[in-house]
Amino acid sequence: MHQFVPYILLLPLIGFLVNGLFGKKIGSETAAGLIGAGVIGLAFVLAAVIVGEMAGSPAEDRKHIVTLFQWVAAGSFSVSVAYQVDQLSMLMTLVVTGVGFLIHVYSIGYMHGDPGFRRFFAYMNLFIFMMLNLVLAGNFLLMFLGWEGVGLCSFLLIGFWHDRPFDTGGYAPGTAMTTDAAKKAFIVNRIGDFGFLIAMFMIVGAFGTLNFDEVFARAPYVFEAGNATVFWITLLLFLGATGKSAQIPLFVWLPDAMAGPTPVSALIHAATMVTAGVYMIARCSILYALAPATMEIVAGVGLATALVAATIGLVQNDIKKVLAYSTVSQLGYMFLALGVGSFTGGVFHVMTHAFFKALLFLGAGSVIHAMHDEQDIQKMGGLAPVMPVTYRTFLIAALAIAGIPPLAGFFSKDEILWKAFSQGGLGYWVVGWMVAGLTAFYMFRLVSLTFGGEARWGHDKHPHESPKLMTVPLMVLAILSVVGGFIGVPESLGGSNVIERWLEPVFAPAMAKLAFVQTGHDPAEYLLMALSVLIAAGGIAGARYIYLRRASIADGIAGRFRPFYALLWNKYFIDELYDAVIVRPIAAGSDRLLWRFFDIGVIDGMVNGTAHLVRLASGSLRKLQSGNAQNYAYGFLVGIILVLGVIIFR
Amino acid sequence: MDLLTPHLLSIGPLLTLVAVALLVLLLESIITKSEPVSFWTSVAGLLVSIGIAVPGIAVHGSAFGGMLRTGGSANYFSIIFFICALLTIVFSRDYLKKRDSVFGEFYLLILFATVGMVLMAAAADLIIVFLGIELMSICLYVLAGFIRGSVLSNESSLKYFLLGAFATGFLLYGIALLYGSTGSTSITFLTEHFETYASSRLFLAGIGLLIVGLAFKIGAVPFHMWVPDVYQGAPTPVSGFMATGAKAAAFSIIIGLFAQRFVHGVQIGTLLAILAAASMILGNVVAIAQTNVKRMLAYSSIAHAGYMLTGLAAGNAYGRDGILFYLLAYAFMNLGAFGLISFMEQEGEKHLTFDDYAGLGTTKPFLAVLMSVFMFSLAGIPPFAGFFGKYYIFVGAVQADMTWLAIVGVLMSVVSVFYYLRLVMVMYFQDTLIGQTASYSASSAAFVVLAALILLGLGVFPSSLLAIITTLY
Repeated sequence: MHQFVPYILLLPLIGFLVNGLFGKKIGSETAAGLIGAGVIGLAFVLAAVIVGEMAGSPAEDRKHIVTLFQWVAAGSFSVSVAYQVDQLSMLMTLVVTGVGFLIHVYSIGYMHGDPGFRRFFAYMNLFIFMMLNLVLAGNFLLMFLGWEGVGLCSFLLIGFWHDRPFDTGGYAPGTAMTTDAAKKAFIVNRIGDFGFLIAMFMIVGAFGTLNFDEVFARAPYVFEAGNATVFWITLLLFLGATGKSAQIPLFVWLPDAMAGPTPVSALIHAATMVTAGVYMIARCSILYALAPATMEIVAGVGLATALVAATIGLVQNDIKKVLAYSTVSQLGYMFLALGVGSFTGGVFHVMTHAFFKALLFLGAGSVIHAMHDEQDIQKMGGLAPVMPVTYRTFLIAALAIAGIPPLAGFFSKDEILWKAFSQGGLGYWVVGWMVAGLTAFYMFRLVSLTFGGEARWGHDKHPHESPKLMTVPLMVLAILSVVGGFIGVPESLGGSNVIERWLEPVFAPAMAKLAFVQTGHDPAEYLLMALSVLIAAGGIAGARYIYLRRASIADGIAGRFRPFYALLWNKYFIDELYDAVIVRPIAAGSDRLLWRFFDIGVIDGMVNGTAHLVRLASGSLRKLQSGNAQNYAYGFLVGIILVLGVIIFR
Repeated sequence: MDLLTPHLLSIGPLLTLVAVALLVLLLESIITKSEPVSFWTSVAGLLVSIGIAVPGIAVHGSAFGGMLRTGGSANYFSIIFFICALLTIVFSRDYLKKRDSVFGEFYLLILFATVGMVLMAAAADLIIVFLGIELMSICLYVLAGFIRGSVLSNESSLKYFLLGAFATGFLLYGIALLYGSTGSTSITFLTEHFETYASSRLFLAGIGLLIVGLAFKIGAVPFHMWVPDVYQGAPTPVSGFMATGAKAAAFSIIIGLFAQRFVHGVQIGTLLAILAAASMILGNVVAIAQTNVKRMLAYSSIAHAGYMLTGLAAGNAYGRDGILFYLLAYAFMNLGAFGLISFMEQEGEKHLTFDDYAGLGTTKPFLAVLMSVFMFSLAGIPPFAGFFGKYYIFVGAVQADMTWLAIVGVLMSVVSVFYYLRLVMVMYFQDTLIGQTASYSASSAAFVVLAALILLGLGVFPSSLLAIITTLY
């Protein structure tokens, strides 16, 4: 079956072409939506069949490379369009197409009546196509195609409502449009892409190939652990990951990316694209295993990002912004897992996070829809009775992300925290544990302010439950958020940790290199588990107490810690810092030095000068072309003399 | 089995084409309104010939006592010629209708010219070379003057004939000198014993004069003077045919002589490099000053002769394979461009200046997009096939320590962007001045689209064609 993998990619491409080229000719909106969602559904089914077949075959028979054609050839170097089917890529494919399909269905309801309905589905299909290229690629270059492609789709979809203003929450007040947010996302990502590119060049230099197979197989023989080249390769790849996966220092684009339609935030900026960096590092696990210094940087950056984003999330009032910072924070967890050598833990969290974070965003979309585009949670409240399905599913997702057992988030987060402790150190665990408490707190602050307490909206608003097209995907995702973690129940809890066994062959070389001491059952694991449940419960209880019973406490705290509150409210002034230190100097430099002096003065001067010169030459040369055949014959004769002169007398 | 049959079988494409040409000749003389019949017979015949030639590429052999080479490169070139002839015939029909000159003889002449080209590509002996060149040239002289009522067309024909006869004289003189110094006219013999005779001035003079004759046919500087005048005056599709088919035919001989074994010494390498550089510089620089699109393409074809000579001067497999790739790509892009110009051209050589193309992007978006594809490909901008052709040629030059020539080539490519993209700029960024009309049939449109798609396909998957090219010699 694995040879049918290209069709998984072909389906969304067809959807993109149909809606993109003939969208206007498709009369009914439903038909366009069904095509858009249908191709993703079919792709999911195909992927599931392939995974089913893989599961039925022995573990060493689960990896295949499907080569379509040679893409680039230059001398001895060549790259093919080749897809790698293995446990990791197919797991990601299932998540991308499965969650993607639900979000597409939801979008049929959410985007109903939008003039850009068909364009929306075309972009979404293109995104899925590119994302599948990213996760299924068999070499770095094809992965880079997907990497850039999802960036492009992200750009197109953030600025989807290109004529709408956009609140940046601080810098450039009142003037920004959603296209500015799109540009910001694109440009910040380009910085990361630069790292990815340089890393690719270095890989070609070291290995002479970009094929995953060859690079990973040869890496342990080419490099000693801790070699400088592999350090730089992995660090630069990680720079790429910080761009795509919104980590310090490049995370600033993700909160602004919320300017796009909410299903986009759910699919691209929560469930799939932003996990590309995690996937990429997991894919390159052997390279990272050879670069312990980079591993520490990855873990440190992940941890710092988790903490910084979670604290910012505490005070935000825009429902989507809270979720955006929560995403950044959860991605930080995933990088922490990768950094301490728990590649499985990182990928496991990618999957569970896709379920509950997509659910949270779609639920938020349902609320925004009901509240007529209101996103400020201070102006909501009391929505639970009005929107029962949205409320219950949102609550499940919030419990899942907070890490309450036995929901999905508990198992993946616990795996990460345990590995942070046992393979990283106590410090990693303490910070990760605190972030878990913060997460529970800000999520239930969000739940309480949105759904609980008194209604704080005006009489002009008539919120109502969303249509079935939107609530059914919510319910499916809610079920997944509940049961999704069961594939990763650790042995200490009597489970068989299916996902770890499934992914084991992919990470085996890296794990062999890292050679962690297997401690077996450690009573500490139970203690840590209990502590993390405790802090999650504490966070939830605290948030409910403050925001449902004693709202005055929140204001009191904000008042007493004024400077700290201001710091969080303004997101540590990072946007302002980047603006002052990087954006403005570059803008000024490119305006005065590069544009006015260099481009207009030097380059244009040279170009225009050359063009003038060539024209003069051209004008005089054409006079030789007299039109007189005898003259031509004389010219011919001169030519013959020249030829014979060169050939005989040289 | 008698002795002749295997020889005849091995030259299947040539025989098929001759049979089709003779059939058309017969039809012309017995049917009164024969033009449509001749047209479709020619088209079908060329398609069949392509079909016969394709499988033969994998075979290598010779026939008729070493007079002809069969299979391999001979078939590859034959396919190029057939494609050129096919596109020319399809585009010409609409064009000739506009000029009131629809006669079946036109197709006949194209077919016989193609027979000449196939002979040139298959020639393993200089006598066959001469035979092929003359068969092709005489047909082309007539084709250039096919619009009998047009002064420009007549002038074109006469100039081409006079200078062509002049060049043929030198070519023949060269062959005579070679025979005189070596006692053989066999190309195989000449290439095998090149080093033995390389010190003989008589031999070198013979080679020199042979190069002169062929340089005239490909329009290389300084034997290029006829090109702008002839291309401008000839019926537009015929200009395209001369620039692609005839040029490829002349190159097939030069490649057979010098690039089969890469035997040419320093002298010939230098000479080819000088011709290449001069052609690239003059062609591109003078093209800038042109206001007539056909003349611009004429100078561009001189420049392209220069690029391809660069690959020959390199004298290695990269350069040779680059030329072979480029000749096919060039057939599609140049004929496509000439075809579009013929759609636009109006009675009395009108609507041929850059200004006439202003605003075509809005009035005729279909034609404008296609024209842009051909211009981008001619300028050598990826992802179109033109880029890879140039790329391989320049790599060949660098590998042969002729970096200076590659630099000249790249710089001149930059210059060429100026005039190719000027047409694109005019089409999209200027307002239309005249009522633009274009007349073309569905089949012509289909072939232009096909040509554009093939350019894109070859540009994206160049290695698929290159894999075939490397097996040709």
